[in-house]
Amino acid sequence: MDALEDGVLDGNAIGGMLIEVFGEEMTTAVGICGTCGTRGQVAEMAVYQPRLGTVVRCRVCDNVLMVFVAIGGVTCVDLRGLASLS
Amino acid sequence: MEGTAVRRRLTWQTATVGAVIDETSKVRTLSLDVPDWGGHQAGQHLDIALTADDGYRAERSYSIASAPGEPVAITVERLDDGEVSPYLTQDVQIGDEIEVRGPIGGYFIWDPPVSGEGPLLLAAGGSGVVPLRAIIRHRCLVGSSVPVRLLYSVRSQAEVIYRSELDHLNQEADGVKVLYTLTRQQPPGWTGYARRVDQQMMAEVAWPVASGPVASGLAAQVASGPVASGPVASGPVALAASAPAASAPLAYVCGPTNFVEAVASDLVALGYPPQRVKTERFGATGTP
Repeated sequence: MDALEDGVLDGNAIGGMLIEVFGEEMTTAVGICGTCGTRGQVAEMAVYQPRLGTVVRCRVCDNVLMVFVAIGGVTCVDLRGLASLS
Repeated sequence: MEGTAVRRRLTWQTATVGAVIDETSKVRTLSLDVPDWGGHQAGQHLDIALTADDGYRAERSYSIASAPGEPVAITVERLDDGEVSPYLTQDVQIGDEIEVRGPIGGYFIWDPPVSGEGPLLLAAGGSGVVPLRAIIRHRCLVGSSVPVRLLYSVRSQAEVIYRSELDHLNQEADGVKVLYTLTRQQPPGWTGYARRVDQQMMAEVAWPVASGPVASGLAAQVASGPVASGPVASGPVALAASAPAASAPLAYVCGPTNFVEAVASDLVALGYPPQRVKTERFGATGTP
């Protein structure tokens, strides 16, 4: 098993940031992967936190679903990897 | 999400450390006085922020260790290379102030009216026991009789968090059973599990998927042949074949990512529907 994997978290870890960005609780929101169509709750998505931001990936196909980067106090959000989020 | 979601403002506020309890040599519980705390649910967490003199700000998330209705408390494990945990576990004093925001989390929550009456299978890896302990405390405080099994994987007995509380639950035998697996070091005469969790262990510990009155009634019918009187055989069969009842087992798995992945996949392999296995990954907190 990849040593890197132990550092991979899930959507629970970014619950506070998601409320900041979306204005409400998001860990139970259901996202559909734009690449493979997998449906899953945000709480169960794979979350990576390199120094510069937060990357959320599909647990099945590993494609990027969401990217959050904070620049000068503003969080930039890229949701292009998702087909939907509700 | 739209109709019933309550829009709540999540703001940072100043909390004061009210009490400090050393759980193990590396783990400490901090009880916090949070002036505008709106209450919380079992399994939720809060974020804390510490700002250094030079303005450097570090934020971390910690599971709430106390049950709804109890004073807010967090349990922190000191990481050798941590930025925040050494301060919280060694330097912080009663009366110190820290910024907190919360409660956070709508997924990893146990709340009987919503979660149902299914027997609980709680699996903890190291400090993953913290939110599960809040769930157990909530169960006791609300007088629930839901059966609970906690499988707690930890390196040695010395590293068991909340040890006297968990041992007391075993002695009380009031529906909560705690099973330890001590993965690195065991005391003399230890007869419990002594290895990392695996499929075999989960098969022995986990509530069978077909638990509950409906399924056990069905099993009894199958074993003894057609019943001479009582409900028609097709009734229980129809119930058992439909969607998982609220009385089906519910699993909460929390700890390092590798632990959570292993346990969750073992449970699904045992027949647990994925939606009945809730996971919360803490990331690496050291090797098992």
